[in-house]
Amino acid sequence: MTTTDEKVAGVEVGDSRISIPGMTEEGENLAASTNAAAEHSHGGLGESKEITSGAGSRANRHTGFDLAEFPQPTGREEEWRFTPVKKLAGVLSDTPTAEAGTDQEPVDYQVTEGLQGVTVGTLRDGEAPRGTVLQPADRAAVLAYRHTDQALHVRVDEDAEVTEPIRITVTGTQAGARANSHIVLEAGRHARAVFVLEHRGSADFNGNVEVKVAEGADVSVISLQRWADDAVHVGQHDAEVGSDARYKHVAVSLGGSVVRLNANFRYAGEGAEAEMYGLYFADAGQHIEHRTFVDHNTPRNSSNVLYKGALQGQTARTVWVGDVLIRKAAEGTDSYEKNQNLILTDGARADSVPNLEIETGVIEGAGHASSTGRFDENHLFYLMARGIPEKQARQLVVRGFLHEIIQKIGVASIEESLAEDLENELEIHGN
Amino acid sequence: MSTLEIKDLHVSIETEQGTKEILKGVSLTISSGEKHAIMGPNGSGKSTLAATIAGHPRYEVTSGSITLDGEDVLEMEVDERARAGLFLAMQYPVEVPGVTMTNFLRTAKTAIDGEAPKIRTWTKDVKEAMAKLKIDADFANRNVNEGFSGGEKKRVEILQLELFKPKIAVLDETDSGLDIDALRVVSEGVNRAHAENNMGTLLITHYTRILNYIKPDYVHVFVDGKVAEQGGPELADELEANGYDRFLAAAA
Repeated sequence: MTTTDEKVAGVEVGDSRISIPGMTEEGENLAASTNAAAEHSHGGLGESKEITSGAGSRANRHTGFDLAEFPQPTGREEEWRFTPVKKLAGVLSDTPTAEAGTDQEPVDYQVTEGLQGVTVGTLRDGEAPRGTVLQPADRAAVLAYRHTDQALHVRVDEDAEVTEPIRITVTGTQAGARANSHIVLEAGRHARAVFVLEHRGSADFNGNVEVKVAEGADVSVISLQRWADDAVHVGQHDAEVGSDARYKHVAVSLGGSVVRLNANFRYAGEGAEAEMYGLYFADAGQHIEHRTFVDHNTPRNSSNVLYKGALQGQTARTVWVGDVLIRKAAEGTDSYEKNQNLILTDGARADSVPNLEIETGVIEGAGHASSTGRFDENHLFYLMARGIPEKQARQLVVRGFLHEIIQKIGVASIEESLAEDLENELEIHGN
Repeated sequence: MSTLEIKDLHVSIETEQGTKEILKGVSLTISSGEKHAIMGPNGSGKSTLAATIAGHPRYEVTSGSITLDGEDVLEMEVDERARAGLFLAMQYPVEVPGVTMTNFLRTAKTAIDGEAPKIRTWTKDVKEAMAKLKIDADFANRNVNEGFSGGEKKRVEILQLELFKPKIAVLDETDSGLDIDALRVVSEGVNRAHAENNMGTLLITHYTRILNYIKPDYVHVFVDGKVAEQGGPELADELEANGYDRFLAAAA
């Protein structure tokens, strides 16, 4: 048992509260009656603490298609300050995919074919809906857009219920070779579909995904980063969620040398429910960064964001920056975001920065929470007090922590294979 | 026949202001089939005693002893104590995300018994025990204590008490936060476990209300880390009438 035990039978007694799951650290809940301040941001607890300041409102962040507006980052910019930009030289340079369209192309795409109600095609720049949902928010996203001549377009017809997951497998075939990618996923009115984007192999991969979710549709996008150790992946996944639609984005990042994924959504109407989940596991030498942005731009929608990470080994590094913007127009919003990190060994570092900006007080709720730390000793104590030996209790706690996200995927075969991947990760340090 | 023997127990905790002694020489003996109630004002050390028996790492025993049938409990790890037959029903049961009740109950039962329970009888036992405690069947698929109300958490503690069949059970303010119906259901569960398993029961409470349902054989009044007075059930009646003032005045 370590000395981080700050609760006595559930009552907090210490000052340096470290809470992982279970958690008393529920952040703030700003009720509808609270006339909240326009800007509101908090740092996390635990290994590292970041209080955002001077970052400016998310509403003012530049987006657009002009590369000149996005100079090469130095690493000092707010949105790049956690990122090892030197390692991204390949993906951030203004060059086309190496030998595109030839046998030398460093990535290979496989798309599930022959599903009823699903059309697979391509879109050039200017062919809607390409470019109508995704607004490049950094240099990488502009480059991926500009250097992708034919974007992969997967469309699900109106009212189609696609029960089988639509799989898009991206396999890198050449470590260090640059690949640009732009993928457009589209679901018609009242369509139901699960898209599974799986990234394997190795490349310097710069990939945009835009997701158009029409009115009443129910769409999940599962993005699996199962790269080899030397892969680099930057990406922006944007969605626009129609009225009364449901959207779920799940990012699972296990492999790769550097992964930096921006997952964002906004709304096109009212009555929608949108969620983003994330699970990441960083080992020694890995940098895994997720940034999420929920833009409550229209009234009466709900959103939920939950990202969970585990870290082990020297220099294992993760970053989560979660922005939620509730605009003046977005009355009746219900929003929550949470990030939890479990540090399994010394030498790992997790940054966790939830940012909540609220421009109207007329909302259902807006909460955020963040915690970073080691095992919750109270969980261990509870399980051990029921006779479960310490090692087994630790295993239960860690797996429980991570499986919460896996349980959200809803595709049994993927859940099983990810559980297996996690077992392999945990084995490295005997957890 | 089992006996939990606590002798001249002194327990301290580390606080920001330094080491603080909470228990200042507690002696108690609880045997199979007996019901003991420990009553006392807030801050008198009741919950510290419960947590120390279970082995919570925050509490340091500076002197004295706890033995179960002659075995040194203080030398045992938390899980070994549970396997030896001690059970603590916690005042604030912990939520464990991602671990289902079904998985948890079976894992714990296997650890306590040293072998996996037979799946068919076990499933039936769990189902019946849940029904008696008026716990909804779908709780089995939910994560341990996650999103349970205060009353639901207490029922689940007693569910474990009934399923794990400890020799000696310590119930730490199991009555707190329960409405009258839940209090009755939970008390019936304790009485069942007590009768069926010839359990020794140590009931820690602030209020006499639960003693209407679980009749103690012995009542101990805790004040300032010590047993200030012991007696039979009539002592509880006196506390009900006069409160703790007489003891607090004496301690001051």
